[in-house]
Amino acid sequence: MARLLIDAKTCTGCEACIPSCPFGALSMKDKVAVVDEKCTFCGACVDVCPVSAITLEKDERATAVASGDYKDVWIYIEHERGKVSNVAFELLGQGRILADAVGCKLCGFLLSDGDGVEGFVKEAVAYGAEKVYVSESPILKEYRTDPYACGAINLIRKYKPEIVLIGATTQGRDFAGTVATSIETGLTADCTGLDIDPESKQLRQTRPAFGGNIMATILDYPQYRPQMATVRPKVFPMPRRDDGRKGEVIKEPLPMTEEQVRTKIVDFLKGAEGVNLVDAEIIVSGGRGVGNPDGFKVVRELAAVLKAAVGASRATVDAGWIPYEHQVGQTGRTVRPKIYIACGISGAIQHQAGMKTSDIIVAINKDPEAPIFKIATYGIVGDLFAVVPMLTEEFKKRLGR
Amino acid sequence: MKIAVCLKQVPETTEVKINPQTNTLMREGVASITNPFDEFALEEGLLTREKYGGEVHVMSMGPPQAIEILKNALAVGADKVYLLSDPAFAGADTLATAYTLAKTIEKIGGVDLVICGKQAIDGDTAQVGPGIATRLGIPQLTYVAKVREIDPAKKKIVVERMLENGREVVECSLPVVITVMKDINEPRLPSLLGIKKAAKATIPTWTAKEIGVDENRVGLKGSPTWVWKVFSPESRGGGEILKGEVTETVPLLVNKLMDSKFVK
Repeated sequence: MARLLIDAKTCTGCEACIPSCPFGALSMKDKVAVVDEKCTFCGACVDVCPVSAITLEKDERATAVASGDYKDVWIYIEHERGKVSNVAFELLGQGRILADAVGCKLCGFLLSDGDGVEGFVKEAVAYGAEKVYVSESPILKEYRTDPYACGAINLIRKYKPEIVLIGATTQGRDFAGTVATSIETGLTADCTGLDIDPESKQLRQTRPAFGGNIMATILDYPQYRPQMATVRPKVFPMPRRDDGRKGEVIKEPLPMTEEQVRTKIVDFLKGAEGVNLVDAEIIVSGGRGVGNPDGFKVVRELAAVLKAAVGASRATVDAGWIPYEHQVGQTGRTVRPKIYIACGISGAIQHQAGMKTSDIIVAINKDPEAPIFKIATYGIVGDLFAVVPMLTEEFKKRLGR
Repeated sequence: MKIAVCLKQVPETTEVKINPQTNTLMREGVASITNPFDEFALEEGLLTREKYGGEVHVMSMGPPQAIEILKNALAVGADKVYLLSDPAFAGADTLATAYTLAKTIEKIGGVDLVICGKQAIDGDTAQVGPGIATRLGIPQLTYVAKVREIDPAKKKIVVERMLENGREVVECSLPVVITVMKDINEPRLPSLLGIKKAAKATIPTWTAKEIGVDENRVGLKGSPTWVWKVFSPESRGGGEILKGEVTETVPLLVNKLMDSKFVK
């Protein structure tokens, strides 16, 4: 068990720690700080105390050494409808850096019904995989939790990778938890930073929490392996492709039959708009300022010229002006496009949580005090119904459309 | 149908801000809310009971103050609620949390449908739903945007899952764990009568012993991961506000965006 200790003699009663606790577990009693059962041992208060009166006693487990049975960095080679997802290549890029820091191999693992598998393996190798572990079976034709989780668990149990990285897509986030729970190991979701501790060689997994208001670096205790993490698309850059690279292919049968699979895919209804938010390089988003469903017309027109996806704030979705599929933000989608153009969006914290890591943010809003201007790369204070159509016209001229 | 719903009490994230001087986390007051996605889960449970009959059992793992969200659940019509609270549960990561919730669902027994919110807005992992399904040895359906139909006799459910570029229609056997998206339904407000009833109700607290969990698999002890460091993100500063008439600022903006080479 961990313990948060506050030295009452050292505590000066300055109360600096009280508001630093995300869970409200600290309070003042008789002019010293005390902690209650809401404490989750996250450590946010420890550094805040100006007199170092707070210490967090951790388990000795943390300092034990890992067994060494587990080796190599594995990347899940996700594919959908005949194409490997870019996030798999991005992870191979970062995986290379991690494998070099640990001093081990970089491998991919792939589950498929065989259709196109040779091409997928070639691409994985071209982007850096030294080995690719493959399980093939007709029941792996389309992604379903049961056969894919079974395939991953089987490969991991047999070959014991030390680190497993999976893209945080709907596919990845669906089966990563299943795999980690079955193997009883740690899983850190939506990492935005991954690096290796130079001394312990552990994987340091950094991720946002509380809607991106704080960052936390997570470690796994040494007796839990592999260290598993999911990473959102576009967090890491695409690595260099080298078709001259060679890699080993290791095949393993899938120990599952169709009768054992508990779900059936009945249908797939393609999304109304062609460009999907998560993969989009450019997003044009509308907020309360668009006024009504028709107001989105100018947003859509700009998006069309830029070949961009259309996003929306929660206010517009709640008002029924645009479907939920377009919502960007804490209870919608998190996006990382190269350019995010926010039209008539005030920029509430929950919306920012979904888009503030975009490369370039453009804000167009009538209100000069709108919070969005604080994070925008470029801002125009003005009426979006005047500015946005002009932008569309200007881009049409420049792009010859 | 016996329906189990899992709720989590979370800090209201609008109130979690960074102090610009000390660069540390600040929480104004201690406002806690039901995780927004879990409200949709609870409503889906109530709607399912209305359509097919049965009982809605609602549980929450947390410190004693989590009793507030269970009172709210009673007020909107949950049949039974349970607070899972024990110092041994503190510091749990998703593996330990899923274990504790799954053991509770087993103890309740005979559950046909487990409904969770897609993810919690403090941890944001979306791992507990799948974790519960794995522990219980039942299938899972995540990102559920709509439950099309349930056949309790044939033990079948058909749902629509919202993926990146469309909706997938999936059929599955019962029992099952589903994790639901925002806007799958419209959560009802409690009636005055409901609020009164809930205020008077005694809510059972189940400890580690009462649920019958292995103490080594709950709380901090049962968690493979731990938080090494917490820090505030590099704040993304503002850039420039383009000044002037629209006839000047628009072409200027277009130039800057074209220069970035991101527009193709």
